[in-house]
Amino acid sequence: MKRVALRAVLLALPVMIRTAARRHQPVRTLLRRGRCVIQLRLRDGSLSRHISFTGGILRAGWGMHPCPDAEMVFVSPEIALEVLRPDPDYGKVVDSLKCFKATARGSDRHLVWFGQLMHTIGASGWKYGEPRADGTTRYTNLTNGGPLHVDVKDGRIVRTLPIDLQDDDPQSWWLSARGRSFVPQRRATVSPHALSLKSLVYSPRRLLHPMKRIGFDPKGHRRTGERGRAGYERIGWDEALDMVAGEIARMKREHGPGAIAIAPPAHHQWGNINYWLSALYRFGNLLGHTKVVFSPISWEGWYWGAAHHFGGNMRLGLPGFYGTVADCLQHAKMVVFWSSDPESTNGIYAGAEGTQRRLWAKELGIEFVHIDPAYNATAQLLGGKWIPIRPGTDAALAAAIMHEWVVQGLYDKDYVEQRTTGFDEWQAYLLGSTDGVPKTPEWQERETGVPARDARSLARLWGRRRTYLAAGGLGAGFGGACRTAAGAQWARCMVLMMAMQGWGKPGVNFGNLQMGTPMDLEFYFPGYAEGGISGDLTHTGSAPLNYVRMPHVLTMNPVKQIVPRQRLAEAIVNGQCSGYLWDGMSLEGQFTRFEYPAPGHSRIHMLYRYGASSLGTIPNSARLVEAYRHPSLEFIVGQAIWQENETQFADVLLPACTALERWDISEWANCAGFLHHGQNQVNHRMVVLQHKCIEPLGESRSDYRIFLDILSRLGLGALYSEGGCTELDWCKRIFDSSDLPSIVSWPELLRKGYCVIPSGSAANQAPVEMRWFAEGRAKDVPEPMPLPGQYSQTFGEGLATQSGRFEFVPHSLRRIEEIDPERPALNRYIPGWEGPGTQSSFPLQLVTAHPRYSFHTYNDGKESAVARLADHRVLIDGRRYWALRMNEEDARERNIRHHELVKVYNQRAAVACAADVSPLVRRGVVHAYESCAEYEPVHSDGGLVDLGGCLNLLTPGRTMSATADGIAPNSCLVEVSRWQLPLGSSQ
Amino acid sequence: MKKWALIVDIARCTNCQNCVLATQDEHVGNEHPGYSAPMPDEGAPWITVEKRTRGNGSMVDVAYVPKTCNQCDNAPCVRAAGDGAIYQRRDGIVIIDPVKSRGRRDLVDSCPYGAINWNEQAGVPQKWSFDAHLLDAGWSAPRCVQACPTGAMQSELMAEGDLKRLQDELRLETLEPIGPAVPRLLYRNMRRATHWFLGGTIVRVSQHGGVENIPGAGVELLLDGEHAASCLSGPFGDFKFDDLRPQPVRWEVRVRHTEYGEALREGMLNASLYLGELPLS
Repeated sequence: MKRVALRAVLLALPVMIRTAARRHQPVRTLLRRGRCVIQLRLRDGSLSRHISFTGGILRAGWGMHPCPDAEMVFVSPEIALEVLRPDPDYGKVVDSLKCFKATARGSDRHLVWFGQLMHTIGASGWKYGEPRADGTTRYTNLTNGGPLHVDVKDGRIVRTLPIDLQDDDPQSWWLSARGRSFVPQRRATVSPHALSLKSLVYSPRRLLHPMKRIGFDPKGHRRTGERGRAGYERIGWDEALDMVAGEIARMKREHGPGAIAIAPPAHHQWGNINYWLSALYRFGNLLGHTKVVFSPISWEGWYWGAAHHFGGNMRLGLPGFYGTVADCLQHAKMVVFWSSDPESTNGIYAGAEGTQRRLWAKELGIEFVHIDPAYNATAQLLGGKWIPIRPGTDAALAAAIMHEWVVQGLYDKDYVEQRTTGFDEWQAYLLGSTDGVPKTPEWQERETGVPARDARSLARLWGRRRTYLAAGGLGAGFGGACRTAAGAQWARCMVLMMAMQGWGKPGVNFGNLQMGTPMDLEFYFPGYAEGGISGDLTHTGSAPLNYVRMPHVLTMNPVKQIVPRQRLAEAIVNGQCSGYLWDGMSLEGQFTRFEYPAPGHSRIHMLYRYGASSLGTIPNSARLVEAYRHPSLEFIVGQAIWQENETQFADVLLPACTALERWDISEWANCAGFLHHGQNQVNHRMVVLQHKCIEPLGESRSDYRIFLDILSRLGLGALYSEGGCTELDWCKRIFDSSDLPSIVSWPELLRKGYCVIPSGSAANQAPVEMRWFAEGRAKDVPEPMPLPGQYSQTFGEGLATQSGRFEFVPHSLRRIEEIDPERPALNRYIPGWEGPGTQSSFPLQLVTAHPRYSFHTYNDGKESAVARLADHRVLIDGRRYWALRMNEEDARERNIRHHELVKVYNQRAAVACAADVSPLVRRGVVHAYESCAEYEPVHSDGGLVDLGGCLNLLTPGRTMSATADGIAPNSCLVEVSRWQLPLGSSQ
Repeated sequence: MKKWALIVDIARCTNCQNCVLATQDEHVGNEHPGYSAPMPDEGAPWITVEKRTRGNGSMVDVAYVPKTCNQCDNAPCVRAAGDGAIYQRRDGIVIIDPVKSRGRRDLVDSCPYGAINWNEQAGVPQKWSFDAHLLDAGWSAPRCVQACPTGAMQSELMAEGDLKRLQDELRLETLEPIGPAVPRLLYRNMRRATHWFLGGTIVRVSQHGGVENIPGAGVELLLDGEHAASCLSGPFGDFKFDDLRPQPVRWEVRVRHTEYGEALREGMLNASLYLGELPLS
């Protein structure tokens, strides 16, 4: 019976192809490109059909072809029918492949082509987008700053705009607090960087053709020292891809495992497919590569410090925020924003979704305190008491507040008694009985510059009122203070303070109303850290859900060598480096030392650079310039959308397209992984089919396609694409793997582009974070962390510390403090190694905060609309300089006026900026955004001055402490002076 | 006849610049025949956000004032154009005709608020069109309003009487009227940008020499010798008299605390001012 059915399918196949080609242009185009013989047969040869394709004409025949270009071989008719179904069950297909019940042989390129033909035919009836009366078609997309409608006419983007919810979208949640009820606005708010996307798509800095550095010859002189100085010449895709594939093969042949390093970008565009954790990891794993990895750079002090007190390792040292929006509005009397500026960072990814809630808090009379060297955007909007503090000294103020709580008895003694350990030792330290120094408000004033009277007032207020602590942009994490030499001390103090005030009791929690909306978090849709199509079970969060729910072929990296991003320069220039890697699976994961080169591995000789964010985001990034020119680095590939930052150091440039030019599917603000339930920031959970709104500009291609084109030259294309899956096929597979089919059909999602997930009932909304712990119950918040083995006594009870309690003096650090005295178990205040007074020639402290108008380097520069905003870059003599905020008195002393050109410098580098003079930054501090996307050094004053605004050239590259391998860019001393661009300046 | 007005709440403007960016997105590279030529990507945008910072030391604040074409009734630009190159529609929107206004560089100076820019490329004077092309196509609001995440910017289509009532109810203000022009861009909480404050911190020096904030002290403000306002110092000993008319004035601050004594300060107010510590004795 099955044999008859298979015979019928094989008989009909050519007819089906011809019919589809007649009806659908994309099928026709693809068909014309094919010139090969494809054979489909049973392994025993008892049934075989071959089709020969020539320029759009096909001829089919039965029986074994003598020399097909490629063939698919099936063990039985049953298996063949499973694999050849138009909408196959990928569980069965992948299983057949893994067990060799179905195999593919022959030319990889032809197999991929045939697979794509079949998939394109399958998708040929799919219609997407909504035609509108004005002749435009409305599509949707998703960005780092929120979802967008994209109106397109004649293949050109007319506009991008925020999505307003429609009447047929599900009801919004509501909550009541203090006699009032609150409902969020029915729209998806977006960040400024989302709204400037059109200007980036059409930026004159787009890379539109493959290019080769002039003077680079892979078969002769490579002239690595000319990187960043030489121009580029246009080459064809085939030449570029052949060169890259050829160099990959040469690396493996001549240098062996480890020679190829792949470096992902800090933040690429949004998506689950064309994302570095997805398509790039799949690509890299199939090749075998030295992974260049991140440290938790926006959360450093939390991960290397705070986690140890409460077992928060799997969330990068952050707590969760479940249920805190309602709890804060209902019970809190005060919110202390400490290095917390959610209005600038939009939480993270979340548009202005939290802003409305913070304005509700203001309406309810909840009071605000802002501890920050700058009167930041959140303080500007909400008002309240500003406590300007010297950067990096925050832990001293915190200790003084806790000192006052002890002296005045203003802490939760029952909680401390029942839920914590080690308080006696901590109390003794605060009172000075161990070191003879009571940590009084007067003591902290010398360090922090905060008047003792303000520290005392704050301690009293806080000790007497139910207080929410917003320690960082999300309510914890993601703030400047955790990125200082003493960042771990500060983050540790933050959790110690909460433990003293009864963390988890009504009105006492971490949060700034950015996270913890009452939504249905049980509904499953994958976030980007779940690895997308990577099949990588080791370095992504794929294993628990994504890999199980979306059957696909797993990939593993055979190369064990790893280099953290901030050590890449040393690795290349010195040929060796060591340190500690980010491993959030346990508290102790971070204590394992790595060595580069890994035993028996090759040094890095080729760098595959995806995106171009490092000079702007890695501290002391001037080191990278030397590394990029180092002769040991024989080949650099730059796969990038724009010419920016360090793309100028690549030997070959592969032009990628933007998210508006290819397919993807994703959920707003859902990063999953270590920021589990990140979408809990938004008001309405929203999944977006990221329509391919326009064709890729110029010769640019999607990241997925570029990887596939390279791998096809190495025989890996069919494996990479699982038989020619297009990006749209992967979208459908991700859709099918999620809970979406229960609420929306695929055709409807294709048409409308977005789907709002109902907020659910009270029954599936999460309880309040840590309430279970405060009340001594088993854990009840919906997070699959910590790992079961991390529980100390009974599964699901207590925290993931050794004692199961909150530990004022963590066991995990007690075992490491001998080799790292700067990270003692007892959280003593140790002034930062670079800070006030450590170097008299550089009297100003530089704070580089997460940017407001760009998303890291994304959207900065490139002549984007964001780069034209005066609060981002300032126009002086025809050039837009990075804005540097400075206090008016500091400016006056240096004879610097508002919007004048200045040079910011120290012993590491010099950077040109535009002074933004105001009283909004405390004296002694200069404040700017980190992660600029431009790098343009010119000769001046006997050295180089960067006109781009890359302030990370100035920041220190060292680790926080001996074993805390985090970055500390906000411990940075500089001097600022008036400056003029030298005449005829050149690189 | 109902007319459009733009209402901006200064207290809810976060300076996110979405209004600026959305307007650029709509107009840069897009021609809207009959309404506007494409907006150049360089040069002044049609909506700008002005920053007004007040105070010093640890008592500062900032107000952001979005500025654009006021869509004035009796608009001087309409009069200056003379020939219909600029006209006000029945719904209140002032339009610069992109064809008739070609070459009329003189019209740039006709706006007393400086809202008209010269588009070098197209050779036309330009300003924000209220996105009339979208409203005429059935949109309910211009792009800047749709993109404003806090609702700080609202567009209202209402009868004159209703607008007047709303203006009184919400104490809406316009920019200083210049000549006969009557702006239809109205601001709520404008005083945050235009008025001054006087603030300070009440402290006490204890026997040990330590300084302590004193909440709950009675603070009275006199302007030109007359009682103007009074309040109690807050939890950090701070007081802030806001909404002071922006005119130089002699001020006097009298502080009384039943337990810790009194303090007195005086001076001339020339801008918003934070006095720092006022010790009681």
